[in-house]
Amino acid sequence: MESLSNKKKVLEQKPLNFAERMYLPAIVKGLGTTMSHFFKKSSTIKYPEQEREFSINWRGMHSLKRDEEGKERCTACGLCALSCPAEAITMIAAERKPEEKALYREEKYAAVYEINMLRCIFCGLCEEACPKEAIYLDGPIVPSDYLRKDFIYGKDKLVEAPLEGK
Amino acid sequence: MEISFVIEKFALVTILFAISLLIAMYSTYAERKVAAFLQDRLGPDRAGPFGILQPLADGVKMFMKEEIVPSNASKWLFMVGPGLAMLCACIGTAVIPWGQDLNFDGRIIPLQVTDINVGVLYIFGVVSLGVYGVMIGGWASNNKYSLLSAIRAASQNISYEVAMGLSIIALLLVTNTLSLREIVEDQHAWRWNVLYQPLGFLIFMICSFAETNRAPFDLPECETELIGGYHTEYSSMKLGFYLFAEYINMFVSSAVMATLYFGGYNYPGMDWVAAHVGPIAAPLIGTAVLFLKIFAFIFFFMWVRWTIPRFRYDQLMNLGWKVLIPLAIANIVITGIVIAVVNF
Repeated sequence: MESLSNKKKVLEQKPLNFAERMYLPAIVKGLGTTMSHFFKKSSTIKYPEQEREFSINWRGMHSLKRDEEGKERCTACGLCALSCPAEAITMIAAERKPEEKALYREEKYAAVYEINMLRCIFCGLCEEACPKEAIYLDGPIVPSDYLRKDFIYGKDKLVEAPLEGK
Repeated sequence: MEISFVIEKFALVTILFAISLLIAMYSTYAERKVAAFLQDRLGPDRAGPFGILQPLADGVKMFMKEEIVPSNASKWLFMVGPGLAMLCACIGTAVIPWGQDLNFDGRIIPLQVTDINVGVLYIFGVVSLGVYGVMIGGWASNNKYSLLSAIRAASQNISYEVAMGLSIIALLLVTNTLSLREIVEDQHAWRWNVLYQPLGFLIFMICSFAETNRAPFDLPECETELIGGYHTEYSSMKLGFYLFAEYINMFVSSAVMATLYFGGYNYPGMDWVAAHVGPIAAPLIGTAVLFLKIFAFIFFFMWVRWTIPRFRYDQLMNLGWKVLIPLAIANIVITGIVIAVVNF
């Protein structure tokens, strides 16, 4: 059949000539190729000491943010849990007491906030759903562990460190 | 027999055995490093500086592994196999001249365990015995893959021994002796046999690759077809013995190649050096040079392994019977004619 694209090339397989049938020149050439790699820089990243840089839109472990005064932003509205396609997020809301005004930004806050890292698919929908800019997937790789229960991360692991001097 | 003679030889044998094992150990390390460098990787670098303790870690691992003997295996032969492989690998070093005689104030100590006048034949005998370790191990495992692999190893070794022997005959026409010591002495001052027998050397080298079951002729242990090859059922130090034997074989055949074709312990300018450094240091420098040559060959073995893909079985047989044997015979004829013409 005629080729319509006109891109088809017919390759003719010529019989090998004597030098080629000896194979030795080709082997020597191959040895040269491997030897040239011997002196190339290796592309290995020595992982525990050295880490590969993430791209800017990398999504890693979640962190619950604080505002500029160091108060937790999350108001436990539950939109992140609702948007989560993997059902990884749960929370229990609580009302802020007057003496806790410095800790939480609004009257309602998340007393318990848990993400199951085994369920999470790091899609970033919680980040998009959050109206308070309280959750971002800007952390490192979630480390491995031995027990399933240890993959359920609570506020102790998720909330950002308090601001300096507070 | 003097008692000092016995002590001397015993010490030499012990040292050679220790060196063989040490080199085999570090060949595993070198193999991994060379493989890594040829593939733009780093290789083992965690155990000690540059991973220099990796062979020790591997050795400890081998010893600590559970030793499994398959219930349907032939127990006695299953044990004999690795031992035989190791034994045949180690005794090859006995006839190789490692250096010139050491002269301690008139007391002459040869750096060769024994200088038998049929050294080349001895090497051949030992090399061909090596296949029994593989055969017995593969058969005793009572595993179809092991057996297939053992059959492959046997037929491969027998096929390539023919071409190897023929290439040696051409060399013997040149050297006129079977004693390895005399062959080395004849190569003094740049009369290296590889210059007289380039084709013979090429055939010999290809056959050594096949005899040591190294890539591209590693069909007896090709993982893709035969799981692990003849040592599929082996574990613990028995497996370690097989792997070790392979590396010792590589060491010995490198030594044989260096001795037969590349002048052994001879190096350019050795007479000048011998006149200047004294009667004990000079032979030791020669030994160091021999080891350098051996390491170069071992490196070449590894370099080829990571360059050329494995042969198919029919290609292997074609190369052995239809290419190497006719070439080796042609080499003998040409060498014979040239010698006759030169001596005429």
